[in-house]
Amino acid sequence: MASRDDIKFLSNPKIGQKRDKYCRFRKFGIKYIDYKDADFLTQFVNEQGKILPRRITGNSLKYQRKVATAVKRARHLALMPYVTDLLK
Amino acid sequence: MKNYEVTFIVDPVLSREEIEATAQTYVDHLKNEGCQIVHVDEMGLRQLAYPINRRTSGIYYCIEFEAPNGELIDVMELALRRDERIMRFLTVTLDKYGVKYNADKRAGKIGKVKKKAKKSDDRKDNRRDNRKKDEKRKPAPKKEEATAKSEEEE
Repeated sequence: MASRDDIKFLSNPKIGQKRDKYCRFRKFGIKYIDYKDADFLTQFVNEQGKILPRRITGNSLKYQRKVATAVKRARHLALMPYVTDLLK
Repeated sequence: MKNYEVTFIVDPVLSREEIEATAQTYVDHLKNEGCQIVHVDEMGLRQLAYPINRRTSGIYYCIEFEAPNGELIDVMELALRRDERIMRFLTVTLDKYGVKYNADKRAGKIGKVKKKAKKSDDRKDNRRDNRKKDEKRKPAPKKEEATAKSEEEE
């Protein structure tokens, strides 16, 4: 028999909730973004290698600009692709 | 005095001595110009993300140095541009955080767990103390981001 407690978790209460976005650079005190660290930068691009917007990454404007610069530098040095499919 | 960092890709078809000689040329060149070489990092043979001059791999070198003035950068870049052994190069000016980051990286504080080391460092001189707790939570953001992303897409 399903008691009241079980029924409570039949649906995930977290679904539909808005997740708090935050800037990881501000939160963790990261001041410099290395363009040579391609693994780290892949977190900020989508599968086609396009830079993700702030809307999705949650970066503050200051660090979004730095991320964008770092990604572009990495592309120039062929550490990251300009265009691709299935990067991840 | 400003800190610079030049990264270049050397043609992989050359022999080992030639590759080392190429990198050494630029180190010597910078020294002659009165630069302080902070560090020469041989990043080794890497697969390129896209072909350059029909090559699919290259040997990466990164030289960090302190230059008395900016004029020698032009001279160095011209030499790099004329050099056939160099496939690509990039010179950047390092700000104080960049210098610190590179120093930390050399000291082994930044590895695979790179952001953790960086964080705990910054925390000492920066703001709140209670951020120590955050150290362990580093893997979390990525996951959260991924889920956040998928939610948005839906």
